[in-house]
Amino acid sequence: MKSDPDFYDYWPYEGRPRIEWPGGARIAFWVAPNIEFYELNPPTNPHRKAWPQPYPATQGYSIRDYGNRVGHVRQMEVLDRYGVRGSVSLSTALCDHHPELIAMCAERNWEFFSHGIYNTRYTYGMSEEQERDMIRDAMASIHRHTGQQCAGYLAPALSHSELTLDLFAEVGTELFGDNGGFYTCDLFHDDQPTPIRLRSDKRFVSIPYSLEMNDTIAYVVNRVEPRRYGQMLKDNFDRLYAEGADSGTVMCIPTHNYQVSCPHRLKAFEEALEYITGHADVWVTTGREIAQHFIERHYDASLRDIAAREAGA
Amino acid sequence: MTLDREHLEYPRRRYGMDHERYDWSLLSQRRPVHWPDGKSLALWINVGLQFFPLNQRGKPFGVPGGMTMPYPDLRHYSLRDYGNRVGIYRLLNAFDKFKIRASFAFSTELAERIPYLLDRIVARGDEILCHGWNMDSLHYGGMDEREEGELVARAVGRLRELSGQAVRGWLSPARNESERTPELLAANGIEYFCDWVNDDMPFEFRTGNGPLIAMPLSNELEDYFILVNNLHSEQSWLEQVCDAADFLLAEARSSGCGRILALNIHPWLMGQPHRIGVLEQALAYISGLDGVWSAHAGSICTSWREQQD
Repeated sequence: MKSDPDFYDYWPYEGRPRIEWPGGARIAFWVAPNIEFYELNPPTNPHRKAWPQPYPATQGYSIRDYGNRVGHVRQMEVLDRYGVRGSVSLSTALCDHHPELIAMCAERNWEFFSHGIYNTRYTYGMSEEQERDMIRDAMASIHRHTGQQCAGYLAPALSHSELTLDLFAEVGTELFGDNGGFYTCDLFHDDQPTPIRLRSDKRFVSIPYSLEMNDTIAYVVNRVEPRRYGQMLKDNFDRLYAEGADSGTVMCIPTHNYQVSCPHRLKAFEEALEYITGHADVWVTTGREIAQHFIERHYDASLRDIAAREAGA
Repeated sequence: MTLDREHLEYPRRRYGMDHERYDWSLLSQRRPVHWPDGKSLALWINVGLQFFPLNQRGKPFGVPGGMTMPYPDLRHYSLRDYGNRVGIYRLLNAFDKFKIRASFAFSTELAERIPYLLDRIVARGDEILCHGWNMDSLHYGGMDEREEGELVARAVGRLRELSGQAVRGWLSPARNESERTPELLAANGIEYFCDWVNDDMPFEFRTGNGPLIAMPLSNELEDYFILVNNLHSEQSWLEQVCDAADFLLAEARSSGCGRILALNIHPWLMGQPHRIGVLEQALAYISGLDGVWSAHAGSICTSWREQQD
């Protein structure tokens, strides 16, 4: 085990090269709906249990199923209203289970990125070959069902190994060359995209995804009231929007169709979306488009700046 | 480091669900359901009337809301009892004031212990559901089959005798089930159960003894979840309930499909002097909306069922 994952060098949030978003926008805004499938009776991973109670875990299973049966369409309609294309963090087995949801998202030109096969299968304990196979299976499923070359990763249930990002980038290259496997949502160290150091030297970036704005973290872990969540989203936006006047920032709202789409919570989310998209100079976009733009326009300058600071320049 | 092969095998990766209990179905693609008299939103209030034994075994876990202190946990025992002595009568007055029809899920042992309360509910003509034997008699995976069979038969059978009602509905303590609970409910003549929270409308649930109807009793809007689990304010509970009512009514109108607002409440929580006021405000708000049908769970279930084929 390492004391530091060694993905990036320290890079203070001051004096960085200016990030310019398309159209002179101050902030890149994206929404990442997690569309997940939790199994009712998965094999038990030796390092983490999927459900707290013995089979059948009716409560945990059924509220997540609610998201797919009921919540997804509600959230999609709200996103449609504000012109937001979702960047879907996908349990890729859902392509087989619920192709109707995939078709609706594909019709809207939403992005699909990999969130593993099932959210009840964890990376813990996998050999390198097993993890590589799982990552390839997920990316190939997205391609087979949607034609998209998967660019991004959020590890299933945020379960990682030391090699997760390396393997994702390498499988992306194997399958799609430079068009696949080039960004991650697994790291929470910054409000701007940052280059990530991998063993393959691939141009690979971390895109801010935000645990703090994640509806499940807010509602389940931090147990915030719906209206406070709406206010947190607006406050988060206000500050990043203001700072974006100097150098482009990124705001992400990671959502779950069984949280944000409940009848007593959708209003708070909708009001925040209305507020955010009601501003000028907001680039409403997807994870892939942010990563691509950064890699094309800002990646090299960022690396140079980081290297210069490391050298004490 | 390697996992066993089964961790990368997915035998149930296929169209639909990963089990046989019910079919995959998008709410937005169901056939429309219309409530009586052209109403759009059915209001289902479920009141849990529960007995939490002082000598809780906690098998296989301590029930939420149950005893947490070393025996004898008088504080939690008596505060739950408060609901059945004091709080419930505040609730009944509130229902009467706003002409709300509520359904009551009884621990059968409570019905046996407090005939006055049972008779009072029966005399109102309100529906009684079975909420298990008591709150410490949990149904759970791996439970002895014969023990559970006896428990369901006793809970349902005795509540029918005591109440004189058919007792069509069931709510498991802590909504926990064993792998066989649905089979046992169907075998005991239960028509609908309220444990699964995967829908906003009823749906058919398969058992080895014929189908049950799964009725959507929201856990997310429950008083216990919002006030105790999440520690939200009373004001926030009120906002959440009113927002849900607005949303579901609007969705019912725009989709042309009836919807259900299901509120699960407990007299030991909402019957407190500092909370009854927000319950009254919620009932005033909802009953003031145009198109609301306040009904017993069984009536909603019957109306839904009659429109299925």
